[in-house]
Amino acid sequence: MRGWSCQSHPRTVVIKMSRYFIDRTAKIVVFVCGSISFIILLAIATFIVIKGLPVFSEVSIPEFLFGTQWNPDRGLYGILSMIIGSLFVTIGSMVLAVPLGLACAILLAEVAPLRIRNLLRPAVELLVGIPSVVYGLVGMLLIVPLVRQIGGSGFSILAASIVLMAMVLPTIISIGEDSIRSVSHGYKEGALALGATHWQTIWHVMVPAARSGLMAGVILGMGRAIGETMAMIMVIGNSPIIPLSPLSQARTLTGNIAVEIMYAAGTQRDALFATGIVLFVLIVILNSIAIIALRRGTAQHVS
Amino acid sequence: MCFKNGKTGLIPAVILALTLVMASACSGSTQTITEAGSTTVQPLAEKFAGAFQAQHPDVEITIQGGGSSVGVKSAADGTVDIGAASRELKESEPNLVKHLLAKDGIAIVCHPSNTIQELSIEQVQEIFAGKISNWSQVGGDDKELHIVAREAGSGTRAAFEEMVMGEEAEITNNAILQPSNGAVRTTVAGDEYSIGFLSFGYIDSSVNPLSIDGIEGTVENALNGTYPVVRPLYFLTTEQPEGIVKEFIDFCLSTDGQKLVEEEGYIPVH
Repeated sequence: MRGWSCQSHPRTVVIKMSRYFIDRTAKIVVFVCGSISFIILLAIATFIVIKGLPVFSEVSIPEFLFGTQWNPDRGLYGILSMIIGSLFVTIGSMVLAVPLGLACAILLAEVAPLRIRNLLRPAVELLVGIPSVVYGLVGMLLIVPLVRQIGGSGFSILAASIVLMAMVLPTIISIGEDSIRSVSHGYKEGALALGATHWQTIWHVMVPAARSGLMAGVILGMGRAIGETMAMIMVIGNSPIIPLSPLSQARTLTGNIAVEIMYAAGTQRDALFATGIVLFVLIVILNSIAIIALRRGTAQHVS
Repeated sequence: MCFKNGKTGLIPAVILALTLVMASACSGSTQTITEAGSTTVQPLAEKFAGAFQAQHPDVEITIQGGGSSVGVKSAADGTVDIGAASRELKESEPNLVKHLLAKDGIAIVCHPSNTIQELSIEQVQEIFAGKISNWSQVGGDDKELHIVAREAGSGTRAAFEEMVMGEEAEITNNAILQPSNGAVRTTVAGDEYSIGFLSFGYIDSSVNPLSIDGIEGTVENALNGTYPVVRPLYFLTTEQPEGIVKEFIDFCLSTDGQKLVEEEGYIPVH
């Protein structure tokens, strides 16, 4: 390359010019694209905040966040029941999905023969592609009646957690598998050389080494669980009450917005946008934790 | 023309474009009517608009949803020519001229396998208020009652609250809330021990409409005034309408218009 730039042959100059030009243009193009996605994020955040803030002239922030009554007709805008609802379904789905996802990730990364892996992996990936309204439909017509056999109306935290479990499994499995796979071969060979069995190696060496990646998968799954709307509306019952048992109906933050926005005007509308702010903050917090967990993991592998 | 200088070329172009837009808006060959409000009225209003435009090709009619409250508000402040409401106006709301288009009954529905066929209006009120929680309290099986209702802000819910719940009672927070008539129907159809309310237009064989105070929930009974849960569907204007708006509303109330009401499953009134 250096040789080229020293020559003064006219053709080389043209190549050099165009190389330089393409290089510059490409940089500008990717920079603009990067900025656009950042600007979109900023615009959405600003829009929600501007639309949501006016509600706090009617309702104080503690009243909004910790009020247990949601009744727009009477001017009561407390979203505590929905914050709890969102947290409960998220925790519920994680309790179901994490053991299953971890086991499946270990199976795919270490245990399964290639043939089974080639069958399972696309199947798991296909789960991502199913639209959430289809999950909701299956939940409403299959899971809800099953849960009703246990008690209550069937529309419940439990039914919602089961549906969400199916929806977050692919995230947990694929990120989990990747992180187990990326554990340094030295660890595995070292453990085996010391006389550990394959399972001991997996459980005591590889899984702990992949811990941060597994955590990131779980947290990204949680983000998806909190953000899920359509399937939740269809199986959770949408009652604005604080759920006291897994069989109780509940309403999620996303459901609150989706169910009422069609009709909402004035303060009610502002309150729904403010619900959006709360949701946005929750998801930013979760994603930050995921990023930190991943970064920690990479640092460990390097050292 | 001088387009060498970008700035001087732009100004005449903008003026030309603006003139064209204004000219077409003022040309009087097209007249526009705007309507917004109740989502229950919306499909009916669209039918009216389609039929009216077939007769008057030079009229443009815009139909929008938003809910009854939006209909009242936008008619009052003049953002639309006609507002739509699927309930009576509240005292707190502005005084508007109401044009009764049609009526719509609200049926109280159960699963077809439920043995209950009839309830009194007081029983319905107590069930939806959460005071009755077991079917045995109204003569049915010893099973927990599952209440299915619409979300706050829905016109169907507002009309149900006004006509059944009254001032003092409120739909219990424990009710399952579904965001549309269709979702309420699916939910009731899927649960043997549930009860819900539906616009007449949505009743089919998957749910069983109950008799209220001994009166069956049918279009005939709603027409002769014996069925108690019937709500009005209104077009609202600020003053007595004039010109093309009057023509349009008159068309909706005419025999042709009322035929469309019947086709859509609502109750004709003229």
